[in-house]
Amino acid sequence: MNWTSWLVWGFASTVLLTLLMSGSQGLGLTRMNLPYMLGTMVTADRDRAKTIGVAIHLVNGWIFSLVYVAAFQVWGGPTWWKGAAIGLVHATFVLTAGMAALPGMHPRMASEQRGPTIARGLEPPGFLALHYGVRTPVSVIIAHVLFGIVLGTFYRAF
Amino acid sequence: MDYALLGDGRCAALVSGSASIDWLCWPRFDSAPWFGALLDSARGGAWRVTPTRPATVERTYIPLTNVLETRLRTASGEAVVVDAMTIASEETKRDELVADHELLRIIRCDAGEVELEVVVDPRPDFGQARVRIEDARALGIRWHAGTTLVTLRAEVPLQLDDAGAVRATLRLHAGESVAFSLVFDADAPAIVPVLGEAARARIDRSIAWWRAWIGRARYDGPHRDQVLRGALALKLLAYAPSGAIVAAPTTSLPERDGGDLNWDYRYCWLRDASFTARVFLELGYVEDAEQFCGWLLHTTRLTRPELRVLYDVYGNEPGVEHAVPGLAGYHGSTPVRVGNAAFAQRQIDMYGEVVDAVAQVIRITGEPDRETRHLLRDFGEYVADRWHLPDSGIWEPRGPLHRHTHSRVACWVVFDRLLDLSARRLLPEIDTARFSAIRDAIRSDIEHHAFDPARGCYVGDLDTAELDASVLLMSYYGFHDAASPRMRSTYAAVERALGAGRGLFYRYDESRRAGEGAFWICSYWAVEHLARGGSSLAAARRLFAEAGAYANDVGLMAEEVEPASGAQLGNFPQAYTHVGLVSAALSLEARARRETAERRAQPRAEVRP
Repeated sequence: MNWTSWLVWGFASTVLLTLLMSGSQGLGLTRMNLPYMLGTMVTADRDRAKTIGVAIHLVNGWIFSLVYVAAFQVWGGPTWWKGAAIGLVHATFVLTAGMAALPGMHPRMASEQRGPTIARGLEPPGFLALHYGVRTPVSVIIAHVLFGIVLGTFYRAF
Repeated sequence: MDYALLGDGRCAALVSGSASIDWLCWPRFDSAPWFGALLDSARGGAWRVTPTRPATVERTYIPLTNVLETRLRTASGEAVVVDAMTIASEETKRDELVADHELLRIIRCDAGEVELEVVVDPRPDFGQARVRIEDARALGIRWHAGTTLVTLRAEVPLQLDDAGAVRATLRLHAGESVAFSLVFDADAPAIVPVLGEAARARIDRSIAWWRAWIGRARYDGPHRDQVLRGALALKLLAYAPSGAIVAAPTTSLPERDGGDLNWDYRYCWLRDASFTARVFLELGYVEDAEQFCGWLLHTTRLTRPELRVLYDVYGNEPGVEHAVPGLAGYHGSTPVRVGNAAFAQRQIDMYGEVVDAVAQVIRITGEPDRETRHLLRDFGEYVADRWHLPDSGIWEPRGPLHRHTHSRVACWVVFDRLLDLSARRLLPEIDTARFSAIRDAIRSDIEHHAFDPARGCYVGDLDTAELDASVLLMSYYGFHDAASPRMRSTYAAVERALGAGRGLFYRYDESRRAGEGAFWICSYWAVEHLARGGSSLAAARRLFAEAGAYANDVGLMAEEVEPASGAQLGNFPQAYTHVGLVSAALSLEARARRETAERRAQPRAEVRP
């Protein structure tokens, strides 16, 4: 395994993923903002949550890229299409199992079962995160597939 | 409209005056109905409890709750049906498995002997959905529709007939009771509802929850029963996971009996925002107001700063409007529509409603975060470029756009509230000089083009002679003092031209000509105007009492009233009407307090040297 290459391209692909996830929200494609959702697990201050969330997301992405790299190692080396395939699996996991589990893990997120008691909290994502807009699944998949493509294209195993 | 409303903060059911549940949408307000007899008694499905002998019916909510009791008196005895969508606190949900949604009916005999027939006949999506019905014996009768499951359990044997309905005949003696539990689950495996004492405990728990919630209401005025019922109804229309409030839990209840003015109101209209925020805040429900405004600001971000007229409970577009074929409709009023095409209309007045609602909350909770400040600024910038444009206006007619006075006033509200927040150092980001100039320009525009000097009143559309009751909101918004000569003469003109008698008002000239009903909230706008100085407190109270007289036996109100018969029209119950009532009661109370304070201060002033 090439640690230097992982450090550089794992970070680069994570930056791209973070930009795409935040950018798709800014462009009005989705209300989903993963860094913000991660940040609000730590603080209720919306402004600080975004800053902290970006940091958590970068670290998360870096760690996740290690899984991609490990997959490349056992799958005969990196290529762009292998990265895209792993990204697709990753995105599907995030949208299905990840989003379903999030209300139970997130201290400031409402769940579909809440009510009529209310507490100010983030709206739950719902199946495929569709509550955040119908284009959400597409934007999450595109972001993760590009994440995988960058890693698969530029990561060098040796 | 003889229905009572049940709910659990996510969906709602309507119970008729004869103890039949004729409307139930699971799992969300805007989901397809499982019981839809309200709109088609043959195809819709219902849950009926019918005495086998003739009976008189009397019903009431258990005081300070949304748990309903329907008392059925026959010659041989007296039975009571207790209906609730069971409630569990978030703590309880952490400790025990609770069904996603439960509709619990307990039928007890209080005197003599009563025989009743129970028929449970779910027909998901008006009978259009593919359903698999299974008799799972001890686990109940189960209706599978897609990935969702509805289960019925009861303390008596249930018989499934060939048409897929469940029947049971009860012969109850004094002191006996039987529980029926219908639960909905979308998560598998489903929760099997426990009956016996546990079911009775769930009713008690629901009663306790509602009493604890309404017990926090800060209102001790003379209209306490109406105000608390209004608050309880509003809470039933709130979608707890997001904070959204739906306009009504029904679709296609007609604005003209037998007519085609049938719309789907199971969505969230931004025009209700200002009154809703006021009601929550002044009754002391700051958390509810905050969550509602959080929904207003943050779930609408897909379109902002441009706002849509209405959204679903998660801020998405409502489904495409379409007619459901083959349904009879309420009292023969067709088509039955699902979805709402008003979504894409331009209604510039919404910005005033939203900004006013958020400003009310910020004045209580303090400095908003950066994102909220930027959003408010963006709303201001957006309206600054568009306040002069024609729009569909608050009444959403589907036709040409007009320059509505109410929309102009709402635009004035945008800049007035933003400048007020800026003056309080809560919104430093705005261009105060520019916004101040625009606010003045809007006022000038209204004074020059919306006031008809010949009749001495503000008109509904600029440079026309059309009258519109929405101009009465000028005093609510603080655009004009209610006691000003222009507002007094405007009220007189509106009362003359749009008054429908006995405390009712048509919303505008055209609606009167078209034979629509009187628009109920207009009566409460009139009360607001009078209570704020437009007339005496006694006159305001008189109008308030007249307008409230059309509520049904359990205090619920629709959108409109047919003036001749007093019958309720339109979707039911209507959040807008209820917040109008509560807001008007709060204004009456404020006026009474002010007058009391003035009376107390007067003698001291007179003896002062």
